[in-house]
Amino acid sequence: MMEPLIESFREAVLQAAASGQPLCLRGSGSKDFYGGAPQGAVLDLSPHRGIVHYEPKELVLTARAGTPLGEIERALHANRQMLPFEPPSFSPSATLGGCVASGLSGPRRAYQGAVRDFVLGVRMLDGRGDELRFGGQVMKNVAGYDVSRLMAGSLGTLGILLEVSLKVLPRPAEEASLGFEMDQATAIETMNRWAGQPLPLSATCYDEGRLTVRLSGAASAVEAARRRLGGEPVENGTAFWEALREQRLAFFAQGQPLWRVSLPPASAPLDLPGRQLIEWGGALRWLSGDIDGQALRGAVEQRGGQATLFRGGDESGDVFHPLSSALLEVQRRIKRAFDPHGIFNPGRMYRAF
Amino acid sequence: MAKQDLIAELGRFLPPASILTEDEDLKPYETDGLTAYRQTPMLVVIPETEEQVGQILKTCHRAGVPLVARGAGTGLSGGALPLADGVLMSMARFSRILHLDPLGRAARVQPGVRNLAISEAAAPHGLYYAPDPSSQIACTIGGNVAENSGGVHCLKYGLTVHNILKLCALTISGEAIEIGSEGLDSAGYDLLALLTGSEGMLAVFTEVTVKLLPKPERAQVVMAGFADIEHAGAAVGDLIAAGIVPAGLEIMDRLAIQAAEAFVHAGYPLDAEAILLCELDGTNEEVSEEIGRVREILTAGGAVSLRTAQDEAERLRLWAGRKAAFPAVGRISPDYYCMDGTIPRGKLPWVLNRIKEMSREYGLRVANVFHAGDGNLHPLILYDANAPGELERAEAFGGKILELCVRAGGAITGEHGVGVEKINQMCVQFNPKELALFHGVKEAWDGARLLNPGKAVPTVHRCAEFGAAHVHGGKTKFPDLPRF
Repeated sequence: MMEPLIESFREAVLQAAASGQPLCLRGSGSKDFYGGAPQGAVLDLSPHRGIVHYEPKELVLTARAGTPLGEIERALHANRQMLPFEPPSFSPSATLGGCVASGLSGPRRAYQGAVRDFVLGVRMLDGRGDELRFGGQVMKNVAGYDVSRLMAGSLGTLGILLEVSLKVLPRPAEEASLGFEMDQATAIETMNRWAGQPLPLSATCYDEGRLTVRLSGAASAVEAARRRLGGEPVENGTAFWEALREQRLAFFAQGQPLWRVSLPPASAPLDLPGRQLIEWGGALRWLSGDIDGQALRGAVEQRGGQATLFRGGDESGDVFHPLSSALLEVQRRIKRAFDPHGIFNPGRMYRAF
Repeated sequence: MAKQDLIAELGRFLPPASILTEDEDLKPYETDGLTAYRQTPMLVVIPETEEQVGQILKTCHRAGVPLVARGAGTGLSGGALPLADGVLMSMARFSRILHLDPLGRAARVQPGVRNLAISEAAAPHGLYYAPDPSSQIACTIGGNVAENSGGVHCLKYGLTVHNILKLCALTISGEAIEIGSEGLDSAGYDLLALLTGSEGMLAVFTEVTVKLLPKPERAQVVMAGFADIEHAGAAVGDLIAAGIVPAGLEIMDRLAIQAAEAFVHAGYPLDAEAILLCELDGTNEEVSEEIGRVREILTAGGAVSLRTAQDEAERLRLWAGRKAAFPAVGRISPDYYCMDGTIPRGKLPWVLNRIKEMSREYGLRVANVFHAGDGNLHPLILYDANAPGELERAEAFGGKILELCVRAGGAITGEHGVGVEKINQMCVQFNPKELALFHGVKEAWDGARLLNPGKAVPTVHRCAEFGAAHVHGGKTKFPDLPRF
């Protein structure tokens, strides 16, 4: 027997499949801005909420996809644990499902891993309305293809997430943030050099000529690293990293198109117009300004990276970095295996599906 | 296509030495680490360039001939078992480290590079590649990606899927694709996750870019002896609840302890029912601080003996017993069958008690070693293949253990893969619709089903027959290679 709410989702899927009218899968809508413009009849998934199972000793949390991220973070906090990928919410109502579907991770990503690294299992509805489970609540599971990680970052184009199981981690006992004045090239070199040493780094940010780093771990380790690295202590570091994660720093408030550029971390500074903010030890570079997308993508591709139009700008073109024809074709076929009638979030990721 | 025609086709671009066709040349390829299964392939190809791999794939695709890719052949689930009517492609000659970037902490390597060789190459820069399956001196990175291999440090450092950045691969039609990026984002679906652990069914890897981590400043191990295995299991939960994430966290039961101690003289307490090995790594200060806390927690959790390795030699000795547990068990029993299930850690006492009961029912001894931090069990069923009916009993018992893992909310394989070995238990873990979706994923890559067909994902028809089906076990092929 299916739960009534899931049964209603299933009926919406079957109806959409029969009528060819696509569905716009939505949790709270906090990431509606991300990816291609939402299309189709909105299916509100937020009522399917609540933590299903959380056993701190197992380091595993299972929750319904409509559960607010804030509720999950509070439950973890009460047990001195955390979501290690530090996801941005962009709204107090952001849901777990949207967090996983968008695949967005925060400042800790370069040091602890991304959403996909912590997804252990999912329960979902596919485009036939079938309820499926992949992965589970265990740390290691190599039975079958890793469909649950595939759901991370798939922008709701493969199915309706019903439940997600995540690996969680203890909160570090101590955190400290340090600031250093330096130019961009030196900052990139420094972040990479430090990342190659046994230091308890957990976040880095370069903005306005200033490198800020966060140290996390046992109190003695944070203290030793602080002495070794020098720099000035950052007052209220917690608030700084939260503002970075939620894009509330002044850099993000310019009203200009915002590009998200992913590069091999040690890549030299990008000599391009517009302002830049660097995270993830150099692997993530935000560019703000009226930027020629094609020229940007050309320059980034040469360095083995890719560029996403994150906010604003002309979203009628490719929001995400264009794929080679071979890759696009394989992705289109994967989409069809999950969603044969093409009803889930069409065009949200690529126009081809 | 007839064998002779296929050989002629391949001969257009492969030198004669790269095509093996004679029985005595094919023999070494008839099995991988799961030696209970043997099959001579139609022929073996040993390409040297990516272009040749592409041409081999195109030729097989055109001719409708199935192909199995193989690394070092150390896999334990029969994933590289050849097909009688198929080509076996050895990637052994792709053994070069192409580029190592110490500042960006990444290494681009060919698929036939041995796991340990990567860490050796990175060592001068103070870096290493984290996943360390115990067979790391022999197994190759291509096989590690295909199986999503683990090791003893997964709780803290993750599996292969967490430690690779990019793959270059060829599809069955010979088309080259690049997946993932040294930058951390990757456009489109996360195909890196999908290909990792896909058991050679979706594409053939030609290059792997792995993440390198700084070597921890210090690693230290604490060994605790317990009067019963339940307390050892509970202590694992206590450590984690206290906010400690050990680099390695392993349990061995009495039979495993006795066998390992007799074999390598690691210094294990022979009166203990279970030992827990807890390794901490990190900065000097961090390790000192945590060792003290770990000792307190283990004492409070009922440890009857406690020992902290005083130097690197002692640390390695304590691990040597654990890593040699399998060959050690091989010395006290003519044969053994190794299982690889995972369970939520909290179910450990329940599962172990059920295994104990089943051990009595089947009349076979079991030695337990496990990656306790991950809930990854490796029960070893001891049997004698020469005693009538024992092999069959061991196989049936093994199948029941895997089903027990699924019932406990776990999985039928944590790190060895499904291959041919656990294909029937896939029917227990997944329902027909889930299996149908796996087949859909397979078809998205390989519509003609030529890449490693018949492995990892059973047909629904096969599942319908399961029950009457015979589940096979295996002896390992490399008895001296450290395992797990």
